[in-house]
Amino acid sequence: MASRMTRIRGLIWLLPALVLLGVFVYYPIVENVRLSFYSWNAFSPKPVFVGFDNYATAASDPIFWRSLRNNIAYAVVSLVFQVGCSLCLAAVLEEFVHQRLRGILRVIYFIPAVISITVAGILFSFIYNPQFGLLNRLLGAVGLEQWQHSWLGERSTAIWSIIGMSQWQSIGYTAVLFVVAIQRIPRELYEAARVDGAGAVRQFFSVTIPMVREMTTLLIILTVAGAFLVFNEVMVMTAGGPSDSSQVLGTWLYRNAFLADDMGYASAIATVIFVLTFGFAILQIMIGRRRRVEM
Amino acid sequence: MTSSTTSPMAVAPNRATRADGWIGRTVVQVLIGIGLLALVLAVVYPLLWMVFSSFKNNSELFANPWSLPGEMRWGNFERAWNAGVVRFFVNSTLVTAGSIVTTTLISAWAAYGLVRVKVPFSNAITGILLGGLMVAPTVALVPLFGLLQRLHIYDSLWALLVLYTAFRIPFTTFLIRAYLIDMPREMDEAAYVDGATRTQIFWRLVLPVCRPILVSAALLQALFAWNEFAFALVFISDSDRKTLPVGLMDMQSRLLTEWPVQFAGLTMAALPMIVLFLIGQRQFLRGLTEGMGK
Repeated sequence: MASRMTRIRGLIWLLPALVLLGVFVYYPIVENVRLSFYSWNAFSPKPVFVGFDNYATAASDPIFWRSLRNNIAYAVVSLVFQVGCSLCLAAVLEEFVHQRLRGILRVIYFIPAVISITVAGILFSFIYNPQFGLLNRLLGAVGLEQWQHSWLGERSTAIWSIIGMSQWQSIGYTAVLFVVAIQRIPRELYEAARVDGAGAVRQFFSVTIPMVREMTTLLIILTVAGAFLVFNEVMVMTAGGPSDSSQVLGTWLYRNAFLADDMGYASAIATVIFVLTFGFAILQIMIGRRRRVEM
Repeated sequence: MTSSTTSPMAVAPNRATRADGWIGRTVVQVLIGIGLLALVLAVVYPLLWMVFSSFKNNSELFANPWSLPGEMRWGNFERAWNAGVVRFFVNSTLVTAGSIVTTTLISAWAAYGLVRVKVPFSNAITGILLGGLMVAPTVALVPLFGLLQRLHIYDSLWALLVLYTAFRIPFTTFLIRAYLIDMPREMDEAAYVDGATRTQIFWRLVLPVCRPILVSAALLQALFAWNEFAFALVFISDSDRKTLPVGLMDMQSRLLTEWPVQFAGLTMAALPMIVLFLIGQRQFLRGLTEGMGK
């Protein structure tokens, strides 16, 4: 009995964390799913139950689908750069660069990740600026005037320009994480590969890639989930425009909730985002676990 | 992982390529060097451009965007500072400092409980805490909007303090927990046997021992709170209470074409985190990789 009492008293340690999480993280998620079945806004405080109407609205809303496509584009490009390229970058840093220089490069490449997305976003909106922006000047200087655009002002280039900024900001961050994963690989594996006559490229494919697989899985989850959650950079750079061409699910949710005042529809979009990101994370964890069992 | 790491790769060493290998190697080294340097430029130049442009005036910015500023116009910084940056700076500092204290303390408290104290349903509780890592702020925006109004903290810095704490507890708790797991049990058990209470042990022994990881946790929390945008955008409407990320966006519409002043604002907003990172890079990276690895 006494031990049971002390065990229950032990909950005091976890109570603050659990209460905060319960009230501000878990309750909103559940409440959000419930709200997505209601039609309701700031001026009609009595929510009306509408079943799956909000989801039907989403299914027939072309901008919802465009937002989803933009999120997918974000995910694909980010996977290529923030997982593929940054793994190569990390391997090159570890293999070819002298130790002192390596530390300096790592710090430099990481810097964009510590400035806020807002600062990076506004800075890049200046770089993309057609009047004084660096990008068009650069293209003009090398004779590619026909490639110049009003990058954030044209429907066909806006979302890609935002995605580009995001790669600038994140590639160093994931590269540093890969560097740490590579440093944890036992040196003997590389020694053995070298003895067997494997060159740098061969070592990369047969030692580095298999040995950093856990980090790769983790970064794939984070990158894809992150791509479905983008919000800040789009709000700052285009707010979804021009004419909704660069909307993503996050900004479309925001617009419907707080500008168009259709809270129910916004909740439905939020639920879709939640299911996509959470489902993807669960899927990856399950794949990871099965693989480990097979080993 | 397959077991092919060593033996199946036993390709015979190719002597022919080894003989003239050093030319190829040099070429590869040079190409890699150029690539890495180009990447350094791509990363650093936009930031330098931001700093240079904040000293220019409009005509200079338009005429030669690549050049160094003709003179150091500190007035741009003064103008940006007075146009609102000072207010946003204070608000961001308050929320960041406050949430560092609350997040690290509550998380360390919980982490110690998870590692050392026998608690009913401890597996379920661990799962609940861990699950919080997968919940994204954007998904919670609509319900939180109503909740914060009912709690009467909507449009106040308290709202941000509470949210920045709640949403970062999962990450921070697991960061500290990973560190505590490696702490030798004898250390605090000895104190326990000597009659110290768990609470005393926590304050006098565990917190000091955990200092390195607490520093990492605090730095990552600073990075998060200083840069957070979605909550700050939705839950603060009074412009006197805005934090830097949202305030800077507002300034864009107020300053319109005073580009150099805007650049100055960006520079001032970015500087604290860059400096903090350069000073504490080791702690930053430890926090990131510990939090990722386990």
